[in-house]
Amino acid sequence: MVSVLTDARRARHVAEQVPDPELPMLTLADLGVLREVRVTPEGTVVAELTPTYSGCPAMSEMRAEVAARLKGAGYDSVEVRTVLDPPWTTDWITPEGRRKLAEHGIAPPGPAPRPAPGPVPLVLSATRPAVPCPRCGATDTEETSRFGATSCKALWRCRACREPFEYVKEI
Amino acid sequence: MSDDHVYLSLAEGHDDSDARWAFGTGFEDPLHGVSTAVPEGVDRAELAATCLALGDDALVGAQRLAEWTTRAPELEEEVALANIGLDLLGQARLLYARCGQVDGTERGEDAYAYFRDADDFRNVRLAELPNGDFAFSMARLLVLSSWRLAHFERLATSADPVLAAIAAKGVKELTYHRQYAAEWVVRLGDGTQESHRRMQAGLDQVVPHLGELFAAHDAGTAVLAVLGQVAEAAALSLPDVPPSAAGAGREGDHTEHLAPLLAELQSVARAHPEATW
Repeated sequence: MVSVLTDARRARHVAEQVPDPELPMLTLADLGVLREVRVTPEGTVVAELTPTYSGCPAMSEMRAEVAARLKGAGYDSVEVRTVLDPPWTTDWITPEGRRKLAEHGIAPPGPAPRPAPGPVPLVLSATRPAVPCPRCGATDTEETSRFGATSCKALWRCRACREPFEYVKEI
Repeated sequence: MSDDHVYLSLAEGHDDSDARWAFGTGFEDPLHGVSTAVPEGVDRAELAATCLALGDDALVGAQRLAEWTTRAPELEEEVALANIGLDLLGQARLLYARCGQVDGTERGEDAYAYFRDADDFRNVRLAELPNGDFAFSMARLLVLSSWRLAHFERLATSADPVLAAIAAKGVKELTYHRQYAAEWVVRLGDGTQESHRRMQAGLDQVVPHLGELFAAHDAGTAVLAVLGQVAEAAALSLPDVPPSAAGAGREGDHTEHLAPLLAELQSVARAHPEATW
């Protein structure tokens, strides 16, 4: 039993180090999409991944990479499963992940909206707080598009340093 | 580095079974590893019908949104519309996969997307209408995303855990879709004389189709509240809403616009049914 536990810890470490295909500065652990890694009594490594967005094309790449790395680390029997519940939110991105995003010029997300009882209200007035510029730190920034090169990012620009930047939007 | 090299490098390190790089068939099951059990007391036929209708709304809607790519007013809008379409495509894949688990056919997602004819699709007609003016597309997106959001909010507590999880995830995405559409409707409606005229025309074309959308359940109240809120902010007048009317697209009775859309969507998969590439 002890060896199974140690093995699970090692397997988890291997899976955690897999980089995200779209945000390669982050590992799957930083992104918070690796839910669990365990070793069954039969010796199969079961890794559970959750998608960020329903249509995220990186999901199958993540699955393949986790399986490949675990096999490369000597685990012959590997199963990567999808977990949908509870749904991923940007709150799952670790402090370390947020630091790496900012370091690479991508503004990390603020706190995800908390689901309140009843229908999601539609807010038409501009209430979004300014996102600080990841380069110069100024808060004089504006959104140029809520949708960017990947599902999880919006496009912003800084009025102070004039640089455009990406922003991982809260979900 | 030429474009060819980019794709060659993508293919490196992937074995032959890995056929996802050309956006064709052969994707992995998006529900891989999710428990396929159906709880006792859940009506399988009803669950399958719900998944199919919502999957078809999403697939057909995603295809229309993708048609805006290279045609939208600005590059940012193309990116936004393609992103929204991608979310819907992801929802469709999950819903088709669940449908195949519970309708007794064990079919995979490709069978639903590529190998059914227009008569077998259960999307509402509103989803399949041609894009027309950008204002019409925004009015349609507002209606479809508001309805889907309200419906998914309820399905998030569905007795089927898989459908509940798909819906709970979708709620977050649809909130962004509805916000995007609502802001455009306000911007155009409350914009210039010309943009106001065209936004009003778009709304006038969409509203007569609400009857079919509202027939299945009472998400209509939530949609009308949102439409009223947006119309007021946009200085638009909301046309009379038709009474709920079952049938039409939900029973496979479609407009002449669905078959050509599917012909394009399905052409490669049908020409090379066994192909992986």
